[in-house]
Amino acid sequence: MEKIKSLADLKKRQESLKSKIDLRDRANDPESHIQVKVSMSTCGIASGAKHTMEILIQEFNRHKIDAIVTQTGCMGFCFAEPTIEVRKPGSEPIIFGYVNEEKAIEIIEKYVLNDILVEGIIPANYQSIDNK
Amino acid sequence: MKDLSLHIIDIFQNSVSAKATKIELLITENTERDELLMQFKDNGIGMSTEMVNNVTNSFYTTRTTRKVGLGIPLLKRNAELTGGDFSITSELGVGTEINVRFKHSHIDRQPFGDLAGAIVLTATSYPKTRFIYQHQKDGMEYIFDTDEINEVLDGISIQSPDVVLMLKELIESNLEEIRVKK
Repeated sequence: MEKIKSLADLKKRQESLKSKIDLRDRANDPESHIQVKVSMSTCGIASGAKHTMEILIQEFNRHKIDAIVTQTGCMGFCFAEPTIEVRKPGSEPIIFGYVNEEKAIEIIEKYVLNDILVEGIIPANYQSIDNK
Repeated sequence: MKDLSLHIIDIFQNSVSAKATKIELLITENTERDELLMQFKDNGIGMSTEMVNNVTNSFYTTRTTRKVGLGIPLLKRNAELTGGDFSITSELGVGTEINVRFKHSHIDRQPFGDLAGAIVLTATSYPKTRFIYQHQKDGMEYIFDTDEINEVLDGISIQSPDVVLMLKELIESNLEEIRVKK
């Protein structure tokens, strides 16, 4: 496919994308999607959270899973960065620590796709910055 | 921080914590004057004078999870290492502005790294916040504005993985056009 260089190119792609994906507005109904939050404050960024986030987006795209991957602030597990929180619709969020590229792929292939838990889970007795 | 793009994510995150609805980044490269300027502006809640004086101290943080705050001190130090400087001004209820100057050709000046990724990953994480990123290099210019993007997307969420990858490509090819080196 041609490279996107201008807003006009983006518009063209948007049209083909529109016919491909269903138009439920995610922002209004985030509960129906898998949500992944990547902890990205100084500690996370310095440990490679950006790369982890990119891998997650790529992998979800490759598996054609409708997921929302976003950044969030420090979750307080600076020792276990990069840290991600995975929330599958209808289940409690789970936090994974030390998520490098391999771990990110493993989490998607095992936990997200097949509900198999993987090593590296951080117990959930935490409070995130958002609900303080 | 290995490169400037990581600092950018870090500083954006501060603006997001300050509840900004509009975050602007202007990068100006002037090779003739051997300067690289980064200007961050947000319309968040702002800071008191006391807090502004404290933010460059590594042992100051608003976080309750730990006792150090390294984001701003690291950026300041990295700028100063190249013979550049750092300044921050803020007003409660108005917003915050950070100006950082690097010596462009200095051996200790970090590379930009993945600018497109840094901008897109942050902008798509906070869809309700307007991000404006402007990059000027020796008279050439590129502007990325999420308001324009949302208009073009016309209903498709900016958070779709497809869109995230498309936007990254858009910024990358434009930065290439104005000859920004990674």
